[in-house]
Amino acid sequence: MSVNYEVLSNRAAPTSETKLKTEKVNLFYGTFQALRNISLDVPKQAITAIIGPSGCGKSSFLRLFNRMNDLIIGARVAGAVEIDDIDIYDKDVDVVELRKRVGMVFQKPNPFPMSVFENVVFGPRRHGKTNRHELAGIVEQSLRQAALWDEVKDKLGQSALALSGGQQQRLCIARVLAVEPEVILMDEPCSALDPIATLRIEDLMRNLSDDYTIVIVTHNMQQAARVSDMAAFLMMEEDRAGTLVEYGPTSQLFTNPKDKRTEDYITGRFG
Amino acid sequence: MLQRGASPATADSGLSMSLRRRWRLREKTIESWIFLNGLLAVVVLLGVLILLMREGLPVFLYTSPLKFLFGTRWYPVSEPPTFGMLTFFAATLWVTLISTAIAVPVGVGCAAYLAEVAPSKLRETVKPVVELLAGIPSVVMGLIGLLLLSPLVQSIFNLNTGLSGLTAAIMLSMMSLPIIVSVSEDALRAVSNEFREASYALGATKWETVRHVCIPGALSGIAAAIMLGVGRAIGETMTVLMVAGGALAVPLSPTEPMMPMTAAIASGIGNAVRGGLQYQALFAIGLILFLMTLSVNLIADRVLERQKRKFAR
Repeated sequence: MSVNYEVLSNRAAPTSETKLKTEKVNLFYGTFQALRNISLDVPKQAITAIIGPSGCGKSSFLRLFNRMNDLIIGARVAGAVEIDDIDIYDKDVDVVELRKRVGMVFQKPNPFPMSVFENVVFGPRRHGKTNRHELAGIVEQSLRQAALWDEVKDKLGQSALALSGGQQQRLCIARVLAVEPEVILMDEPCSALDPIATLRIEDLMRNLSDDYTIVIVTHNMQQAARVSDMAAFLMMEEDRAGTLVEYGPTSQLFTNPKDKRTEDYITGRFG
Repeated sequence: MLQRGASPATADSGLSMSLRRRWRLREKTIESWIFLNGLLAVVVLLGVLILLMREGLPVFLYTSPLKFLFGTRWYPVSEPPTFGMLTFFAATLWVTLISTAIAVPVGVGCAAYLAEVAPSKLRETVKPVVELLAGIPSVVMGLIGLLLLSPLVQSIFNLNTGLSGLTAAIMLSMMSLPIIVSVSEDALRAVSNEFREASYALGATKWETVRHVCIPGALSGIAAAIMLGVGRAIGETMTVLMVAGGALAVPLSPTEPMMPMTAAIASGIGNAVRGGLQYQALFAIGLILFLMTLSVNLIADRVLERQKRKFAR
């Protein structure tokens, strides 16, 4: 098609190792089915993008992996969702433990109304770290990883809400990194940011993907093409339940989609 | 418009001009109405203060403020009369502190349960019921205290009489509970969900989320709730008059019978000659009571301001 995406396919192909996996997963909110029969393998230490039109269940799908849907009354999951081959919806799974391993960054930057320092150490403190020296180390390391240290190192005691939107979002990423997760889920992390802040977050994501498995939901197809290794295209059926239309390496999905609906979507015919 | 011979454009702008003027007048009226209302509150407050000072301060021509505050003998009709209100002040302190110590943890805990844990159906039933409790007349609470609580207190603490500061404090805590629960619950529910989600996503438990995110986020509202509760406890008269025991000795323990400042004013004012020394002394107690609640509020404001700066919300 005529639309050209700048696909950064010169990166090494993702390892074949699977980190997250869904097997015929169905999600219900009461009687409404939000997701239908989605099976997908998310590779380790790579960025997997979930794209699709509004309301197709992208965010709901992302929230399966850290069981955030649990917070919604009436939400029910059928099928398997696995991390390292362990079913996370098993009765024996400790949700708190799971969320330590699977961190999440939200659409709107949501730092706590506390100091920068306290934001970063929120997770470590909850998980029993109290040594001030150790916490200070965690703060510096996490903020450096989130490419925010140089901007905030002199105002760690100041309110996080005084930072700019892009800085706040990087702080939220640092806050997740401080818990030392294996997976980072990102729910449209740049939709509230300006283009420059967006590019900084994308750079950051690329750097983090060497160590972390990242799953990102995005509305922005250029963004998906720029940052992701794998891409999944979700769409809703007539009853509004989200289904997986196509899943594959980003370069393939964007340059040579197999499904007509994917092609229509990425060339801007709808959505 | 055309029939009047004016061009449509002029007629139009004339119309919008008059519309705008009327709108501005309306706006000004509303503005000044609100301003007057605000002013009224200040005027009433100052009026109360001036009245209390005019009626109460003359007693200090007779006795020194220090003697008045720290004297332990209150004999308004002996010759010469002595006015030392420490007895009443200590009683008010005991009763207020204990009732607050009971009502705050229970009230905030109840609010946290209703706001964060309880299923919405339960919350929708329990909250109105709790709020109804606030409407029970204080005389009725006094009767309940006399009938049910005081025998209980008497037997548990093995006292000569069940009428004590503790009995009054327990009744007062029940009376301030509804306000604390209701206002704190509103404050907790006003905390944005995005903070809860962030906390859960970082692996915090429900309790940790409530303790470290919801309650700090709702702190200004909770503090206001506590102030309202404390204010009620300090100012409540009828219940303490009925169940606190009314003894005229400085209470050293909460289980002693005692007479808080409000009860002292209420029981004394009937016998006081208008404008007489005792009358002035009772007004002076009222003035001190007023200053106490005022300073509680000011301190709370200061604390909240600092908290706000720290959280910079």
